[in-house]
Amino acid sequence: MFAPVYLDHNATTATDPVVVEAMLPYLSGLCGNASSRHEYGRAARRAIDEARSKVAAAVGAHASEVVFTSGGSEANNLLIKGAAACLKPGVLAVSAIEHPCVIRPAEQLRKRGWTLHKLAVDAAGRVDVASFQAVIAEQPRIVSVMLANNETGVVQDVASLATQAGAAGAWFHTDAVQAVGKIAVDFRQLNAAGVNALSLSAHKIGGPKGAAALVLDKRLDIEPLIAGGGHERGLRSGTENVAAIVGFGVACELAAARLADVAPRLLALRERLERGLFSLGATLFGQAAERLPNTLYFAFPDIDGETLVGHLDRAGYALASGSACSSANPEPSHVLRAMGVEAELARGALRVSLGAANSAAEMDGFLVTLRATVLRLQQLTAMAV
Amino acid sequence: MLKLPIYLDYSATTPVDPRVADKMIPYLVEKFGNPASRSHAFGWEVETAVEEAREEVAKLVNADAKEIVWTSGATESNNLALKGAAQFYAGKGKHLVTVKTEHKAVLDTCRDLERLGFEVTYLDVQDNGLIDLEVFKAALRPDTILVSVMMVNNEIGVIQPIAEIGEICRAKGIIFHVDAAQATGKVVIDLATLKVDLMSFSAHKTYGPKGIGALYVRRKPRIRLTAQMHGGGHERGFRSGTLPTHQIVGMGEAFRLARVEMGAENERIRMLRDRLYKGLSDIDEVYVNGDMEQRVPHNLNISFAYVEGESLLMAVKDLAVSSGSACTSASLEPSYVLRALGREDELAHSSIRFTLGRFTTEEEVDYAVKLLHEKISRLRELSPLWEMVQEGVDLSTVQWAAH
Repeated sequence: MFAPVYLDHNATTATDPVVVEAMLPYLSGLCGNASSRHEYGRAARRAIDEARSKVAAAVGAHASEVVFTSGGSEANNLLIKGAAACLKPGVLAVSAIEHPCVIRPAEQLRKRGWTLHKLAVDAAGRVDVASFQAVIAEQPRIVSVMLANNETGVVQDVASLATQAGAAGAWFHTDAVQAVGKIAVDFRQLNAAGVNALSLSAHKIGGPKGAAALVLDKRLDIEPLIAGGGHERGLRSGTENVAAIVGFGVACELAAARLADVAPRLLALRERLERGLFSLGATLFGQAAERLPNTLYFAFPDIDGETLVGHLDRAGYALASGSACSSANPEPSHVLRAMGVEAELARGALRVSLGAANSAAEMDGFLVTLRATVLRLQQLTAMAV
Repeated sequence: MLKLPIYLDYSATTPVDPRVADKMIPYLVEKFGNPASRSHAFGWEVETAVEEAREEVAKLVNADAKEIVWTSGATESNNLALKGAAQFYAGKGKHLVTVKTEHKAVLDTCRDLERLGFEVTYLDVQDNGLIDLEVFKAALRPDTILVSVMMVNNEIGVIQPIAEIGEICRAKGIIFHVDAAQATGKVVIDLATLKVDLMSFSAHKTYGPKGIGALYVRRKPRIRLTAQMHGGGHERGFRSGTLPTHQIVGMGEAFRLARVEMGAENERIRMLRDRLYKGLSDIDEVYVNGDMEQRVPHNLNISFAYVEGESLLMAVKDLAVSSGSACTSASLEPSYVLRALGREDELAHSSIRFTLGRFTTEEEVDYAVKLLHEKISRLRELSPLWEMVQEGVDLSTVQWAAH
């Protein structure tokens, strides 16, 4: 029996050993509270400042635009609720395929008098242009469209959407949690095109869980979600998690440096898998759209995704059916529903998300196992009919 | 060989215990799965670790694991408890009662709630830092829905009468929140007997990592909260967001060690603190801030009269301690906790908070005593006020010329 093959990098990634090395001192002797005035505190403060610069550099932002949070979910909650709190209630638009940590906060705002529009996507999972323009015509105050979707990997033309939204006077946010480390993300460029806020998270890029950031255009006022002590320029109170922030900084640095090598390699692996999937008769979701180089979302007709994923886990391959955050939820994916995929097929959805450590041999091994498992399950289904 | 500066600031934060760090590290590299990944073993194995840690947190405070909600720290727990309860029970009333000496995480959250239309009474404390129960009772109204009182004060270490307050609140159907960030591992907490409905915990005050905390939410009788962090529905909807496994495992281990070692450790620390106090009490004009009896054994907060605050802090650079001042961007404010005790600004500025901990040694305490004696003598030699006091001048009768 060989070691299990991890194919679920969009759910989370292993912390890079270089990142762990950088964190360890802060989990022992360098223990200071960054708000303390003595040397222990000052050392912690310096470490945070350095990490902030690294995070900023990796996404083309200024250090002063980086607000540290405990996670991507929190960064998205902070932006949606925080920006809304500084504006008079009006129209809020989020894409229909956003992560629940954007959609749920947006839905909460209805209670405060906001009108929520969910932007339709086409069959390939891209924001539908006509639908978008219709919503823009209603002068939304806040628009949020993710840079890359966690399930399909579909990449949106956020710059173009933001330009249109900006022309209509809207603040624009993009959840870049899945995009950073897989495609180039440049906040300066995006900001020039009208993106005012961007979220990213450490544990998707070889950093530790527990650290993330909201990159925020200084012109956009937001109210903090967490009060008490005024940390992060008053935007996020609470003793800073120095070790995780340090890890986040190093992870960003590594992700940016490795992107040029890693992305093409991932793409080659993805395409290898895609060829195999097609020959097995799988439907690939979002195929027509530009997608992250590491993500494949597919289904086999008549095969339940949960069942297949269970078999594959027992065979030593870890992947996801639906996204991690809602894998306890029996409803089919809201992303696929928004793409017009019918429930039957959507229930078969499986996601493979590759990482730098995956190899061509693993792809081939996976395809062999997948083929055998699919055929067996199809036979069982045929027998049951 | 003493390592300088000597760390005597355990209430600001504690170092991660090496045993805790050892338990955490495997969950960064090998066992890195997302606990919410239901479809493979990488996820299941870490979900198990998360639940084991949850049990440990519950065990320390004699609660049920189902009553423990993971958060990013006590600051978030305080926000969730206060906003969550106030918003959920707003239909019953809009009045809250808390104390002037609470942590900023409670006070600033109360200010936010005031902006949202709630009314908050901030109780005074007695000179010893403790709440007067009669004053507390008198502050409660028919429309009071929530009371928040910290178990142990971070600046002066005093222990509030939580059991009694709990009885009063329960009898009136008022929800009772307790910020226990400074209490875990220092005092026994028994939620089976304490009538507390919500309790905030911090890992990094109890030799665990920063960035992780918990909120106890009572199930019998059931307490409801309006969630503050929405998304994937984690923590039964109380708090969405990917669980940071390694940090959770760290908090679980830290709380387990606290449960096992608290008794013996507190005795050792009490002896060291008393040694420190004895060593300093022969200096003239020193005043302990806060009740000495109803106080955790780790804390000694002392004001040194007739010594200028900033000079004092600079003089004791060899000690990593906390002073009675807090930096704001424009000025040095005297501690609002010391002010609430009735301390005048000068005395507040000239105070030092020493907080001892698991790794404090006798040698370190003796060094601190010697250093303080030296520096206080020196600073007072330079102090014109001290000279006047020595000559018997009553400073309150002096007319000071303006500069």
